[in-house]
Amino acid sequence: MIDTQRTTASALEDQLVDRRIVALYFIAALSYLGISLLAGMLMALQLVHWNPLRGIELLSPGRWRMVHTNAIAYGFLANAFLGALHWAVPRLTLRPVLSQSLSWFIFVAWQVVVLSTAIGIVAGPTLQAIVPALQGLPWSLGAQGIEWGETPTWIDPLALAGLLLVAVNFMAPITQAPGPLYVTLWYFMAAFVWTFLTYAMGNFLPQYALAGTSAGAVGGLFIHDLVGLFVTPLGWGLMYYFVPILLRKPMWSHALSLVGFWGLAFFYPLNGIHHFLYTPIPMFLQHGAIISTIAVEMVVLTVIINFFATLRGSGREVVTNLPIRWFYTGMVYYTLTCLQCAMQTTLTFQALIHFTDWVVGHAHLVMFGVFSMWLLGIMTYLFPRLWHTEWYSRALCEWHFWLSAGGMLVMAGDLILGGVFQGFYWASLAPWEVSVDGSQPFWIVRVFAGVAILGGQLCFFYNLYMTWQLSRARGLAQAATATSVGTVVN
Amino acid sequence: MFESKSGVLLVGGLGFFAFAFLSNAVVPMLMYRDLPEQTTTELVAKNSNLMYQFEELSHRYPEQFKEYIGQPTQYECAEALRLGRQVYVSEGCWHCHSQFVRPVSREEDRWGPVSATWEYQNELQRPVMFGTRRVGPDLCREGGRRSNDWHAVHFYRPKLTSIDSPMPEYPWLFDGAPNKPNRRGLALITYVQWLGSWLESYPDYEAYQPLAERLKP
Repeated sequence: MIDTQRTTASALEDQLVDRRIVALYFIAALSYLGISLLAGMLMALQLVHWNPLRGIELLSPGRWRMVHTNAIAYGFLANAFLGALHWAVPRLTLRPVLSQSLSWFIFVAWQVVVLSTAIGIVAGPTLQAIVPALQGLPWSLGAQGIEWGETPTWIDPLALAGLLLVAVNFMAPITQAPGPLYVTLWYFMAAFVWTFLTYAMGNFLPQYALAGTSAGAVGGLFIHDLVGLFVTPLGWGLMYYFVPILLRKPMWSHALSLVGFWGLAFFYPLNGIHHFLYTPIPMFLQHGAIISTIAVEMVVLTVIINFFATLRGSGREVVTNLPIRWFYTGMVYYTLTCLQCAMQTTLTFQALIHFTDWVVGHAHLVMFGVFSMWLLGIMTYLFPRLWHTEWYSRALCEWHFWLSAGGMLVMAGDLILGGVFQGFYWASLAPWEVSVDGSQPFWIVRVFAGVAILGGQLCFFYNLYMTWQLSRARGLAQAATATSVGTVVN
Repeated sequence: MFESKSGVLLVGGLGFFAFAFLSNAVVPMLMYRDLPEQTTTELVAKNSNLMYQFEELSHRYPEQFKEYIGQPTQYECAEALRLGRQVYVSEGCWHCHSQFVRPVSREEDRWGPVSATWEYQNELQRPVMFGTRRVGPDLCREGGRRSNDWHAVHFYRPKLTSIDSPMPEYPWLFDGAPNKPNRRGLALITYVQWLGSWLESYPDYEAYQPLAERLKP
């Protein structure tokens, strides 16, 4: 009886979910993750004077530092989110996406966007310098001067068109589904609108319409909204979907889910200017951004309480269920990073830690410690379902988790502490070199933490390759059989 | 409203975003609408400090300057500034060097006057180069502090001028030697010498007062 139900469910699922595109998105995402980690490693080695590839234009750490952040945001996170959306949205709405061919077109287009961004940043300035015909161009082929928006100006319109198509493709099933909708879909719907608006605002206004202080205000909004209105809602939306499924019970409180979503929607967009405190941006706007930031932290607490209350009674799952462990470790890091944010957004902390590695530690904790960990957990859960086989090695999955989570904790703690030192060196008016030399111990520890994280991903890549071989060998890759529901990673 | 599609899309998605944009972006735009944005040509025309450095550059590296820039005119200087800014952005200089002096952490004592809005209301601050991290020092008061040849050597191999500097080397801004900056190298030096050159006390140390005196209440 149960078997029949499962078979029917599985057959229905195959009509809804295109497993190949989910897997391909994940593999593309992981390739960019590898590139991003190597790029970060190059910059880290440069800072501790160990860069073996000095003085090579196309390997300039300054350019690869931009590849590092952009490959994580647009290469890894965006691709992994798209893969997870292709899995979650049709299952939640019981409707397929608008068009499968559109999905494939978006997949290819997005890879073109990300690859051109990387090539533009790395090779654009070189090309423009050596090809006389390109020297006369009124705009740069290389990076754009907007943090997290270094995507060269000539790619921006294409990226924006891609985001619009993504929204159209997923909004079709969502709008057709009968309401009221589940929490996850509120987050997704809002994210489609916000990501498009944020990208347009941040990349076009400071470039073509505004200079100076107002451009700084828009830049702050962009940096913050990219994390808060693109990454955060998609990340939490996926958590609201996967956590109840894996724990086999509903969220603890629907009311808190409502508070979490609407609190985020209202307060998060108001935070942007806290990235530029003590700049010439009017002080009352800076105060407003600080107050809304602290409000966001209150909202975050309600979300965290909701998720940990859901876990109550199933605590053992954190030990035995690997994806759940990824998710909840990410949530612990999220709590830490939001607590850190509530402190660092105050003017008292800003005076000391702005411009230091404290902020770099914070950024790593958010982008890798939280959202990348969640997505890696989702991949750990989904790859066996996509390929109809169990993981090649459970031990390698464990290594992947512990090296990533441990490396991240060391890196963030190290950079945050180093930032405090740097702040005090500067305030003491000691010569600049003192702050650079004093940072060396922290930068060296950071290199090793980075090696650990990279090593963790290598375990994952190898495990993934072997699992794929396993799945091919069993001849199950193409065949969607009923057994899929039964083979779980735990 | 709280769980309906239109509520989420129109109120949460569009409405709150628009509210934040109005309060956080449109307000400063309106506040500074009377402060006109200067073009690079205007910036150069009023700036004898910068023209001094630009001419010095033409004497310091005559062959390179003639080949890549031509004559040290105001027009060429504006062109060099635009290209120099492009190099500054595309090489990622702004990820390790900020461009604003804050009124805290004794930054005034280290770098000079606190940054003001009018300093950023120009073409070369589009997008604005406030910066995000200080691995190296702030640069918005850098112009005139060091000579053109110091910058040339420093870009070629930072460790030659600052022993423990972790800054990357930029030999591709030169034709093989630190005394032969190419088009991009000359432009970047011009750009760095421009930073802060608009201030009356230029360079900052001309107005030097002993620290003990400045800290007196």
